Amino acid sequence: MSTPQPPLPQAAPRPPYPGYTSPIPVVRTHLLHAVASEWTKMRSVRSTMWTLGVFVLLVVGIGVLAGAVVGSTTADMSGSNPLELGFFGLLLGSMCLITLGVLTTASEYGTGMVRTTMTACPSRGRVLAAKAVVFFLVAFVVTLVSTTLTAVVQVALLEGSGAESPGGEDWLKATVGVSLYLALLGLASLAVGSIIRHSAGAITIMIGVLLAPLVIALFMFTDSLKDVQQALFEYSIPNQLSIFYANSLSDSGPSGWDPLWMVLVVTAVAFGLAYALLERRDV
Amino acid sequence: MIEAVGLTKRYGDKTAVHNLSFQVRPGAVTGFLGPNGSGKSTTMRMILGLDNPTAGHVTISGHPYRQLPNAPRHVGALLDAKAVHGGRSARNHLLSLAQLSGIPARRVDEVLGVVGLQEVAGKRSKGFSLGMGQRLGIAAALLGDPQVLLFDEPVNGLDPEGILWVRNLMKALAAEGRTVFVSSHLMSEMALTADHLIVIGRGQLLADMSVTDFISANSADFARVRTPGTEPQAREKLTSALTEAGGHVMPEQDGALRVTGLPLPRISDIAHEAGVRLWELSPHQASLEEAYMRMTQGVVDYRSTDDQKAGLHQVPPPGAGPAVPVPGQGQPGWYAPPPPQQGGPLFAPPPGPYGAPQPNPYAQPAPQGQGPGQPAAAPVTADRTEPEDPR
Repeated sequence: MSTPQPPLPQAAPRPPYPGYTSPIPVVRTHLLHAVASEWTKMRSVRSTMWTLGVFVLLVVGIGVLAGAVVGSTTADMSGSNPLELGFFGLLLGSMCLITLGVLTTASEYGTGMVRTTMTACPSRGRVLAAKAVVFFLVAFVVTLVSTTLTAVVQVALLEGSGAESPGGEDWLKATVGVSLYLALLGLASLAVGSIIRHSAGAITIMIGVLLAPLVIALFMFTDSLKDVQQALFEYSIPNQLSIFYANSLSDSGPSGWDPLWMVLVVTAVAFGLAYALLERRDV
Repeated sequence: MIEAVGLTKRYGDKTAVHNLSFQVRPGAVTGFLGPNGSGKSTTMRMILGLDNPTAGHVTISGHPYRQLPNAPRHVGALLDAKAVHGGRSARNHLLSLAQLSGIPARRVDEVLGVVGLQEVAGKRSKGFSLGMGQRLGIAAALLGDPQVLLFDEPVNGLDPEGILWVRNLMKALAAEGRTVFVSSHLMSEMALTADHLIVIGRGQLLADMSVTDFISANSADFARVRTPGTEPQAREKLTSALTEAGGHVMPEQDGALRVTGLPLPRISDIAHEAGVRLWELSPHQASLEEAYMRMTQGVVDYRSTDDQKAGLHQVPPPGAGPAVPVPGQGQPGWYAPPPPQQGGPLFAPPPGPYGAPQPNPYAQPAPQGQGPGQPAAAPVTADRTEPEDPR
């Protein structure tokens, strides 16, 4: 259909048409603007406080409780590492970080806020990167503080029970190591949230990833599946987490800092996919 | 300046927007009209680079939105008033957007004042009414003090005071030399706000012209002529005389005649020559709403049907007569519910564009309810005509 053009005297193509110029100075925006924005978003909703609050409660609460219970019994802890007791709380708490990671991206799709965000910042990759930076720092710091606090309390509680005092690398793995691992796991959830664009769906998937291998492996009784069962056990997230405490479910499989490299690769792949889809798809 | 060239968007095999080309110029309010589902919002999203067009392109000041330098300072948009995280306060919502665009934080309080939300700035937007949500959305659009503004249905849910405010705001923004592009399906609102109209239906361009041109191009003004009701033969006589003189005459339900193609003085002269007295001779100018209805009647996607309530009727208890409508209560016709089947003619609402049971003068001939004497898709059938100037 044709477009009737009302004659406009100044219809000369582009530059000098009457326009409006704002008195507010225009600044060139970069990643740090987006990071500031995402930090405002994260700190201004209650779900952040809830998920992180529950996380701290689980990690510290269960960790201290376990330490107190073990410390009050006369059980002989000789030869074992007191930091191991932090594992249970952290495993439960990881679900909170997964939830927070997913919500950071997927909740914007649920509310439609993402269209406002992407209009204010057409560079979609920058928004995703800013979310990742803010989430990673928050998750890492909170986990580090919680695990360190728990570890210190546990070591103090178990002082007289004959447990050996943990060495430098034990400390590093049980604090910085697991914090990096969990923050990266949350970051992978953030990417999955951006891919799935649906909070409940993405959370379900990530909880499934967390628990399913272990649960499936429990039901593999036949000998022919022995190897698969073993692999599922060894590479399941709970087992990877326990490797940081040097009490893996098996002796073979990943050890030392391996879980960190694995989750790093997985997160990188998830981010590549999330970025590609974000650029390509309609918001 | 917004410029769309051959813009097309397909979702699967459904074409939302088809080969749309238009320009939106600065210094004027451009209304973007179309029935529900005609592709207005899709077009807006493509302008903002949120959706990728299947074909064609759209630019703002010569750049695609996503390549625009300082896009949020150049373009402000209200797409969906509910597109906020309900758990975040109005101020924090705007603050996050301001930080993202490198806008000083004190600008947030300025725009909150402009839209009148200062008092609830710290409240979570979950509890906002639809009108407050619209105001928050408008505040977000104004945040960057941009040169180009897009508003998708900005007056949805606003009270009369808010509607007036939005109307004046749009005009003031355009008067400052900005490009203002407002989508709406409210004709009456656009008639008062817009200078220029872009009308689409089923994703295709129907019109791109000024409001005045639009009305004169899409409406036929007519004269209503009423002869004394006691003399039916006078009516016949006048009809034939007018037809002979080249006029087009159509009887109305209440006995009046609707005459097109003849100026009022000529009608009077003809009646005088024919010796017919007139009880009424009045000019009627079609409103923008009528012009719009006429134009879009073939492209309405979602059309309501009569509410039959088949098999759901209850036998009224003995003695309970049909409720008599209270005079002066309720809006006659426009929003009246369809009459109960037993109610009979007592309830028949005056014919109006939304009075479903009556033949809708703007709609395509419906399979039912179309009287045999009712000419389908007649050139002029509008009953509710306000002689007021639509501007």
